[in-house]
Amino acid sequence: MMNILELNGITKNFGGIHALSGVDLNLEAGQVLGLMGDNGAGKSTLIKIIAGSFPPTSGTISLSGKPVNFARPREARDAGIEVVHQDLALCDNLTASMNVFLGREIVRKIGPFRFLNRTAMNEQAAELFADLKSETRPKDLVRQMSGGQRQAVAIARTRLSQPNIVIMDEPTAAISVRQVAEVLDLIRRLQRAGLAVILISHRMPDVFSVCDRVVVLRRGTKVADKPVTETSPEEVTGLITGAIETA
Amino acid sequence: MNPHNTTGEMEPDTGTDWFGLAARYAAPIFLVGLVLVFALLQPNFLHPLNLLNVLRQVSISGLIAIGMTFVILTAGIDLSVGSLVALAGLVGAYVFKGGLDNRFAIGAEAVTGNPVIYAVLAAIAVGIIGGALQGLAITRLKVPPFVVTLGGLSVFRGAALLFSGGGPISGFRPEYTWWGQGRIGIVPVPVIMFFLAAAIAHIVLKHTRFGMHVYAVGGNSAASDLNGVNTRRVTFMVYVIVGFCCGLAAFLLSARLNSAEAVAGMGLELDVIAAVVIGGTSLFGGVGSIFGTVVGALLIGVLRNGLVLMNVSSFVQQIVIGLILIAAVAFDQYAASRSRA
Repeated sequence: MMNILELNGITKNFGGIHALSGVDLNLEAGQVLGLMGDNGAGKSTLIKIIAGSFPPTSGTISLSGKPVNFARPREARDAGIEVVHQDLALCDNLTASMNVFLGREIVRKIGPFRFLNRTAMNEQAAELFADLKSETRPKDLVRQMSGGQRQAVAIARTRLSQPNIVIMDEPTAAISVRQVAEVLDLIRRLQRAGLAVILISHRMPDVFSVCDRVVVLRRGTKVADKPVTETSPEEVTGLITGAIETA
Repeated sequence: MNPHNTTGEMEPDTGTDWFGLAARYAAPIFLVGLVLVFALLQPNFLHPLNLLNVLRQVSISGLIAIGMTFVILTAGIDLSVGSLVALAGLVGAYVFKGGLDNRFAIGAEAVTGNPVIYAVLAAIAVGIIGGALQGLAITRLKVPPFVVTLGGLSVFRGAALLFSGGGPISGFRPEYTWWGQGRIGIVPVPVIMFFLAAAIAHIVLKHTRFGMHVYAVGGNSAASDLNGVNTRRVTFMVYVIVGFCCGLAAFLLSARLNSAEAVAGMGLELDVIAAVVIGGTSLFGGVGSIFGTVVGALLIGVLRNGLVLMNVSSFVQQIVIGLILIAAVAFDQYAASRSRA
C-alpha cells in the first residue's frame, strides 16, 4: 500500500541546537500513529514541519509519493493536512458552527454583497457532529461546552476540507476521564473514514487503545517504530526515558 | 428573536437562568425604568418634542459609538474620537468656505466656496485617514491601542488648533446647516443618520464575514489567526470604521452648531465609550452588539435630559454618568466570572 505521508531524513537545526536528526517516518491511510517522547524530544518540531509552520533544514516530505515544500500552514492545509492544536484554537464567544467555519465561512451573494449563510453552516455543522457521534449542537456557544464537546468542534473543523491526514496535539491532556473516551472514539471514527491520524500524547493508555503504531523520539532521533501489538507500555516508557536504548 | 443576544445566536436552554437573563437585558430594563421614573416625576418628559430632542442630543455621540463598538469588540479602544471630530469638522468647514478668508462671513458674502458634498467628503476623508494612521500604528508598530489613541487624542487636537489658528470657522449657508438642524418630517436629520448607521452596522456585524471576524478576533486573536482570519486587516479596519464615523459626526456637529471649532468634541470619548460599555459590549472583546450600543446611547441621553428637566445641576450629571459607567463594567466583570465558573 502506498504511503500517504513519507518523511525521509528530516533534520532540523535551530542555531547550534539539533532538534531533529535524520528522522524517517511513513504513514498509511487509515492508520493511527502514536508519536511519543519526553518534553524536548522533538515531537512538536516534527509536527510543525509536517504542518508547514517551518521547513526542515534537510530531508524530504512526500504526500502520496509527490514531494512537497510548505511555506506556510495554509499550504499544508490545502494539501490535506489538518491540525488540531493543543489549545484547540477555538473562539469561546462564538457558536460551535461558527468555530467550525471560521476562516472558511459559507456566504450567499445578494447583489454586490455577500452575507453569511448561517442556515447552511449550522446544517453542515450538525451533519459533521452527527458523523462524529457527538452531542454538540451547532448553535451552542463554545464557552458553555465540556472539554469533549470542544474537542469535537476542533475535530469537526478538520473535516471541512476532506483531509488525508489529521494531526492531534495532546487532545486528551486537559479533559476528564469520560471525555477522554469520547475523544478516543472520535479518533477511531476518523480512522474508519480512511484518514491517517498522528496522535501526540503522553498518556500510555490512550496510545495503546487507539494507535496501530507507536513512534518514540528521544533527543531528536527516532528510537522506536513498531506496531503496538509488538510492544508494551513498559518498553515504551523505557524508550522514552532512555532506560532502553532502541527497539 | 432575542434582541440582546450578543453573538446573534441561540443559546442552549439549560433551565431558566434568571441572573443570565437579567444580565443580558440589564441596559434595556434600566432604560425603560428610567423613562418611567422621569415620566412620573416630570410630565413634560414624554412630550414628543422632548423625546426627539433626546434623540438629537445622542445622535452625534451615538454615531461615533457605533464605530466604537467595532473597536471595543476586538478588545481595542479609541480615545482620540473627540479630537478627530474637531479636526475633521474644521477641514470640512474650510472646504465648504473655500478657505479661511471668509471664515466668519454669512449670507451673500459667503457665497464663494465649494458644494456641501465636498465638505462632507473632506470631513469623512480626514476621519478615515486619522483612523487608518492609528490602525497602522497598532497593527504594524504593535503599540497598544490605548497608547496609540491617547497619543492621537493629543495629536489631532494639536493639529486642529494649528489648522484653525485657534479660532472657529462659522456662519454656514442653510444647505450646510440643514444637515444638523433640519428635519425630515418631524425627525431631525442627525437622528436619521444615527439610526441609518446603526442599521448598516448591525447588518455588517451579524451577517458578513468581516463582522464574524471582528467577533473572532475579540474572542481569541491567536486562534483566529491559525484558522486563516486576517487578524491584522480586521484590526486595521475597525479603526478606519470609527474614523469614518468621526468624520461624518464632525460634519453633522458643525452643521448643528453652525460652527466648526478646534475645541469641539472635548471629552466626547467619555459619552461614546460609556454608551458602548453600558450597552453591554465587553471591554475584553468578543461580546456586544449594535443594539446594545443604541440602548446605551439612549440611556445616557435620557439620563441627561431627565436630570435637566428636574433642575439637577450639570455637575451632578457628570458624576452620575461616571458612576453608571463604572457600575456597568463591574457588572460585566461579575457576569464574566460567573459564566466562567
